[in-house]
Amino acid sequence: MIHTTIGSAGHLLVIIAFVSALVATFAYFKAGMTNAAIDEQLTWKRFARVTYIVHVAAVLGVVFSLYWIIGNHYFEYHYAWKNSSLSLPTGYTISSFWQDQEGSFLLWIFWNVVLGSILIFSNRSWEAPVMTVFALVQAFLTSMILGVVIPGLDLKIGSTPFLLLKEVMPDIPVFKMDPNFVAADGQGLNPLLQNYWMVIHPPTLFLGFASTLIPFSFAIAGLWTKKIQEWIRPALPWALFSALVLGVGILMGAYWAYETLNFGSYWNWDPVENSSIVPWLVLVAAVHTMIIGRKNATALKTSFILTIATFILVLYSTFMTRSGILGNASVHSFTDLGLSGQLLIYLMTFVIGSIGILIYRWKSLPSDEEEVSTYSREFWIFIGATLLCLSGFQIIATTSIPVYNKIAELFGTVLNMALPADQIGHYNKFQLWFFSLIIILTGVGQFFWWKRVGKGKLQGLYNPLLISLLISAAVITVQGVKDIQYIALLTAAIFAVVANGTILLNIIRGNYNLSGGAITHIGVALMLIGILFSSAYTKVVSINNSGLMISRSEEFTSNDNKENKENITLWLNKPEKMGEYMLTWRDVRVEPRHIPSYIPKSWVDLIENDYHAVALRDIVVNDKKYNSKGDTLEIFPENFYYEIEYREPSGRVFNLFPRVQINEKMGGGGGIVSSPDINREIDKDLYTYVSMVTNPTAEPIWSQTENFTVNMADTFFVNDYVAILDNVVRVDSIDGVTLGEGDAAVKAMIRVLDNDHEYVISPSYVIRNQMVARKPEVNNDLGLRVMLQEINPQTGQFTFAVNTTQRDFIVMKATEKPLINILWLGTFVMTIGLIMATIRRFRDFIKMRDKEHIAASKNKDKMKPQAV
Amino acid sequence: MKKIQIFGLVIIAVAIGIIVSTAGDASTYVDFSKAQEMASSGDNESIHVVGKLKKNTAGQILEMEYQPEVDPNYFTFTLIDNNNVAQKVVYKSTKPQDFDKSEQVVVIGKMQNGTFAAEKILMKCPSKYENGKLETTEATASKS
Repeated sequence: MIHTTIGSAGHLLVIIAFVSALVATFAYFKAGMTNAAIDEQLTWKRFARVTYIVHVAAVLGVVFSLYWIIGNHYFEYHYAWKNSSLSLPTGYTISSFWQDQEGSFLLWIFWNVVLGSILIFSNRSWEAPVMTVFALVQAFLTSMILGVVIPGLDLKIGSTPFLLLKEVMPDIPVFKMDPNFVAADGQGLNPLLQNYWMVIHPPTLFLGFASTLIPFSFAIAGLWTKKIQEWIRPALPWALFSALVLGVGILMGAYWAYETLNFGSYWNWDPVENSSIVPWLVLVAAVHTMIIGRKNATALKTSFILTIATFILVLYSTFMTRSGILGNASVHSFTDLGLSGQLLIYLMTFVIGSIGILIYRWKSLPSDEEEVSTYSREFWIFIGATLLCLSGFQIIATTSIPVYNKIAELFGTVLNMALPADQIGHYNKFQLWFFSLIIILTGVGQFFWWKRVGKGKLQGLYNPLLISLLISAAVITVQGVKDIQYIALLTAAIFAVVANGTILLNIIRGNYNLSGGAITHIGVALMLIGILFSSAYTKVVSINNSGLMISRSEEFTSNDNKENKENITLWLNKPEKMGEYMLTWRDVRVEPRHIPSYIPKSWVDLIENDYHAVALRDIVVNDKKYNSKGDTLEIFPENFYYEIEYREPSGRVFNLFPRVQINEKMGGGGGIVSSPDINREIDKDLYTYVSMVTNPTAEPIWSQTENFTVNMADTFFVNDYVAILDNVVRVDSIDGVTLGEGDAAVKAMIRVLDNDHEYVISPSYVIRNQMVARKPEVNNDLGLRVMLQEINPQTGQFTFAVNTTQRDFIVMKATEKPLINILWLGTFVMTIGLIMATIRRFRDFIKMRDKEHIAASKNKDKMKPQAV
Repeated sequence: MKKIQIFGLVIIAVAIGIIVSTAGDASTYVDFSKAQEMASSGDNESIHVVGKLKKNTAGQILEMEYQPEVDPNYFTFTLIDNNNVAQKVVYKSTKPQDFDKSEQVVVIGKMQNGTFAAEKILMKCPSKYENGKLETTEATASKS
């Protein structure tokens, strides 16, 4: 049955949301016009508020409708069919919601609605001008999911998530046969996204993006209503909130990439990553200039520029990642939905509008009478903010290369520019020095800020400088840091920790509320130290030293032995030496849903195209029995874990389980997606992933049968192994079944010699109820299947049928990431610092607002008699 | 001159430095003939070449070799660029996942002794999740 109502309702609500946003924009605009009469303003304001409430209700309705469709598995809808499936665990159906472009726009719209509602309630005096900007943004965003075709013009506005499958793919044959066809199951969620980080990372990131709108709206409102300085107080706490949430969102993404993707790193300089960090850098710069903006006119002007720039950069990055312009350049940009034009209009409206109003008001902005002193806090904060912007500028200048190509194309030339081949080198060349300077400035700036130093008294900085030089010297010696640029960054970061730490100790005794800045700076400095060691000093452990490279032996050792040989091949149960470890690939495991451990794949039989498996034996994990033989249990069908045993020289053994995901339904040809497993120690991570496997779901392909007829104790060669028929013994039971009278069974014992290991293969031959049965034995380690084909009583010879197959192997890579925990520790410290700073500025704002409120109501009381 | 003006000039200088360096570091899209030309003239810059895999009429990939059991870090294939020039490419790392399914391949690297030594491979594969659409994946032979 096709549930058309919910989709139509959703679609209608999107249209209502769009129209109400437009009306609210106009009404709030009217209410914000200061030249109108007070009464008229109030009427418009009331009307605007009602419209906005309609908008909020409509948006919530849209969100509910889409979730209803996904949650109830209405696969007649394209969105549900494409992004979810029946087997998807409940938690991840939430992720299906924003897996696609329409849903992520909707997430953004949802956050804006939440933030807008908070603003209306918390800040009445700024409501009209701020909400004008808000409602306009909402109109643009809802237009992206409008999905309305303007008749006559053949112009499509937006892409709706409420399309039925048959509307999206009308040409597939099944709809010709049955127009009411409903797919039984969906395509499912990309297995990489079936991760808890993917449940919280996108909402956090989009809340970060959405909240950059608040400082922007206040800046525009300030310019519009000529409250040139007053806008900073309500905007600053939100700017800090935004920096906090966006920062945490980006870091969650980085952590997810580290844990789930096999890039081997938390940061890949991918355009999508870059275009989220650049607005953050500029936002952080804006926060700093806003703090001094009420005292210093240059900083005030800069605050306007940077707050506007932050929001425009968010729009620009939206445009880049969603218009398809990145094309080849990015691994994870969205595909083009045909929204490029619309996105460009959105971007240009705000670029032209906000820059226009800034230029228009520029003359009325105050200027500083005197030049700022080199010994003032303003000077140092200003330099820091500038460096942050330059850092962001460098990243965006390179990331925009595909955009330059497009622009050149518009002018009829072909640029053919491509991103730098060595991206890491290119970015590091600048960013390392930028951040060395920025992090030094955090320390110096704090000393000036708290007036610990000033003109003629710089002594305050001597002690921290001395201490940090001593610590740095010690760390450099102990860790063996040799490159000059790393020495510079390390020393700078240690100085920042010491300097900010000194300030922290000083002020925490007075009022810990004010220590957010120092704590945040310490966090960032720790992050830089962690990044430095974990990236620059990553050690590849899996260097391939096996002597198999005969064909290219010369090349292999040439060039100072630096040829790329960072992956090694492991055969099942064959130990291989790697660095100081002895490595053995032991098994393939699967992941049952309700058992807290992976279980060997051989314990169960996987049901194809389903998420169930049949137990082939009792499933006992940690002495607890979960299933009996023959039971059906739920599993994660895509996930396979490769058990790799690491044996340290000390004899300590630990296992890692890197994951490989195989999804036949999606891949069609069994494409694999691999994720690492990490052995975490305090001072380093051992990071392991598998890059190639023999498909665990495929049946082995056996070679043609080869027969060997041998006598007892004969030696013969199977698949290049020496095999010896040691014995043939009589057995009384086979597979736990006791044989009856007149039945007989024998078992051959064939010893197979491998380099360092002996295997015994024992196929059996059974006569039961006058029927002959032959039970072959398979040895996966050797890739052999042996069957006792015939016993000749006359000659005493035995005939074996042997098949061989490709032995199972995996190709893996292991790296060591030293001191990566300092990075994670730094992110925690930074987050705590930002939370403290945000709370402090919100308190300030509320205190001032209430004071103004009381003053205003007193005024009103005074005025009342006159008014009457 | 006022401090703010000096400051402004310094910023402009740094910004110009960034732009110049970006232009200098940026790679280019070329074809194999041009790549060969660059290599013989001693230009050591890494470049991007776009092409398709060599296939027979049945759609099977020809001249592709990866034997992890011998050397997991040696993968070679033949790429045909947009001017129909075929070129052997050597990639000293594991064979990228989904390579066989890629419709279009971008190799980043340079010509060395008659073969193209790729440092990085970008692939356009038919999307796993969307029929009829292509998506990009990348693989790097990282040298850390």
